[in-house]
Amino acid sequence: MATPVLTFTDRGIYCPAGDFHIDPWRPVPRALITHGHSDHARWGMGAYLATDQALPVIRKRLGQITAEGIAYGETRRIGGAGVSFHPAGHVPGSAQIKVTVGGESWVVSGDYKTEPDGLAEGFQPVPCHAFISECTFGLPIFRWEPQPQVMQRILDWWQANAAAGKTSILGAYSFGKAQRLMAGLGVHGPILTHGAVEEMTQTLRDQGYALPPTIRVTPDVTAKTHPGALAIAPPSALGSAWSARLGPVEEAFVSGWMAVRGIRRRRALGTGFVLSDHADWQGLNDAIRATGASRVFVTHGYTAPFRHWLDSQGYDAGIVETQFGDEAEAESPPDPPLAE
Amino acid sequence: MRRFAALFAALDGTTKTGAKTAALADYFRAAPEPDRVWTVALLTGRRPKRAVNSTELRLWAAEVAGIPDWLFEESYTVVGDLAETIALLLPPPATTADLTLDHAIRGLIALTGQPAEARKAAVLTAWAQLPATERFLYNKLLTGGFRMGVAQGLLTRALAQATGVEEATLAHRLMGNWDPARITFPALIAGDEGGDARPYPFALASQLEDGPQPLGPPQDWLAEWKWDGIRGQLIARPGAFALWSRGEELITDRFPDLAPLADFLPPGTVIDGEVLAWDAAAQRPHPFAQLQKRIGRKTVPKTLLAEAPARILAYDLLEDAGQDIRDQPLAHRRARLTQILAALPPGLPLAASPALAFPTWDALAETRATARAEGAEGVMLKRAASPYFQGRKRGDWWKWKLDPWTVDAVMLYAQAGHGRRANLYTDFTFGVRDGNEIVPFTKAYSGLTDAEFNEITRWVQKNTLERFGPVRKVPAELVFEIGFEGIQASPRHKSGIALRFPRMLRWRRDKGVDEIDTIDSLRALLTAAP
Repeated sequence: MATPVLTFTDRGIYCPAGDFHIDPWRPVPRALITHGHSDHARWGMGAYLATDQALPVIRKRLGQITAEGIAYGETRRIGGAGVSFHPAGHVPGSAQIKVTVGGESWVVSGDYKTEPDGLAEGFQPVPCHAFISECTFGLPIFRWEPQPQVMQRILDWWQANAAAGKTSILGAYSFGKAQRLMAGLGVHGPILTHGAVEEMTQTLRDQGYALPPTIRVTPDVTAKTHPGALAIAPPSALGSAWSARLGPVEEAFVSGWMAVRGIRRRRALGTGFVLSDHADWQGLNDAIRATGASRVFVTHGYTAPFRHWLDSQGYDAGIVETQFGDEAEAESPPDPPLAE
Repeated sequence: MRRFAALFAALDGTTKTGAKTAALADYFRAAPEPDRVWTVALLTGRRPKRAVNSTELRLWAAEVAGIPDWLFEESYTVVGDLAETIALLLPPPATTADLTLDHAIRGLIALTGQPAEARKAAVLTAWAQLPATERFLYNKLLTGGFRMGVAQGLLTRALAQATGVEEATLAHRLMGNWDPARITFPALIAGDEGGDARPYPFALASQLEDGPQPLGPPQDWLAEWKWDGIRGQLIARPGAFALWSRGEELITDRFPDLAPLADFLPPGTVIDGEVLAWDAAAQRPHPFAQLQKRIGRKTVPKTLLAEAPARILAYDLLEDAGQDIRDQPLAHRRARLTQILAALPPGLPLAASPALAFPTWDALAETRATARAEGAEGVMLKRAASPYFQGRKRGDWWKWKLDPWTVDAVMLYAQAGHGRRANLYTDFTFGVRDGNEIVPFTKAYSGLTDAEFNEITRWVQKNTLERFGPVRKVPAELVFEIGFEGIQASPRHKSGIALRFPRMLRWRRDKGVDEIDTIDSLRALLTAAP
């Protein structure tokens, strides 16, 4: 049997025909990067290749790197492999990476979300022979409400807090979730941002993503100057001195993990909103079916039960072991920060 | 259910007692009266009998969700709560109907004893109509494990705000044996039902952490043993003879050996005391394990009655000749208690818990050090002038327990917790050395901080050797100091011993597995224990 299109090594996913890695976690000469989150775009690679839309964030995070951009849908040859990047719907610029060697195509999903969110380039199924899928939320308990309904819940909460004279603070990842929230809520009033969120927002704004105006929280931005405002901050800022400055406040965490009451309660936060940048159970199943792949490798999430499930559905399913041995549980969140 | 679900969401969505009280009070003003009664019942632990067992629920839910049973169980492991797992797995409702809480609960009560097909049909119909939160709450009614994070004091405060009835009066009226299926809300608030056997709210002591010196002059205080039995309230009124546990459970029938007291106690007597299994030969209590054998049983076999007869050691007198004397000073109540007990014929299973004389705090400390030999856990200190208050009020009553026994042990297995601890490894099995092997000897769940549990969870995830369902075997590396209150020989356990109240006192990061204790050192304690 010929060498497989992709192999799984202790540095990450590797393509022997093209001599490159995809989202490696240790330094390698050439890395193809699905998106700018720090567990996918790591420091120390000889050369980076990512979508034109993903590069600014990656550069912002990693500083001086040797990097090249590629357009969605464009095919390039690297050694004996053809590669192309396709929208994954996870965050702005995120991609699935298709690798074709000798007529056989494999697709690495990276992180993905099937529901359009109005900001990230919408997910497109990519036909392939083998599909390497994340499964962060790969259990049937995860079923997302449509985004407009979640935004309405958040809006109701914000308005009730404003009526009670309180500032509302949403904890959300600085890149991706934060901008998705402001895109969905910005028409309803001024949105304050934590510095970490503002930096990412400005980077995306400079690229031309349509984001509403935001106000960076500085010492002279307070509950007095901006009564009843909504602020977006990284989860680590919840309950901190930073949020106390805007007090009195109500805080909520926005994450797919908030679907589970025990996890919500453990954060000792009253409120959680269930909004994720990953596919839910149905989304994963639909996406996998749409690729037409007969072989599926799962990674990054509830890998063991999800593989078992795919097996029972007639797929030839396997698990990609990742750096931490049992990624399924490293992802199932014991405590802050909840990795998505 | 919609209004009840909104109440639940309000209570669940805040950790502030003020906001919880306000939400409850609003509910008690506005909800339909029968729903209010059920809500009080649920919040005080009066649950409807389970109409459906959890095995049936799992099967039906997996079937409706269209998933195999193993995937249901995987999901349950992650969620950590059966009612919630089901609510999350079911497809969204096709139509929605609102039924009142009263309607929902009466529907469930009517299901008990019905054939499985009828029960299944009813449950599936409800699932098909209820939105997410209502469905979760309906499942909670089905599974019976209802907790809403509302302490009794908070409930009475909210009810008092909503009804204008004084808190202490309400607390008393909510005690005892009222039936939520029959009582009306006004009757409940007016205390119209369950009068004869109704107990008083228990007074609870606080833990004395730093010794008694700060309490002032010893002569202001009364001391007695802290017994390790079941705290109970014995009611002897003209229309009723009842024994209540502190959890407001009527346990009269579990202790037939106490029945003769009904004939001899003066009418209108209410006693607070400890129910113990009594070792007549040694004139001291048996270890708690003996009493435990009797607790789980509806009827107690004769051999057990003979082997471990029950006896009450009385702490306090709450009602004297039909008069509520809880406002009188403790010294007076004790004096009356002593008089009443002295007038009883000999041979009855009731005596005063002896007062411990102590001229100085040091003298009391010496007495306390002998508690284990007396079959006690430590001493109680009560201010002589104190009234019999409701609940836990710091200042007048203190429990001064012996320091626990300790053993250094290594973690062998870990299991994730439930509810707030879902997804966190919090339930551990520990082992001690037995020659060249390590034998498991106890489990413990509590005693560490959230941060420590988080850290251990990550460690367990990265170091799992083997999985047995939800249990993970880990390398014997992490050492903990385990504290416990007592030790018993136990043929049912592999190690041959059983501990009372084991918990983790500390994570001994400074110790390695070569420094843990041995099974022999634990067995040596067996002979020291009473």
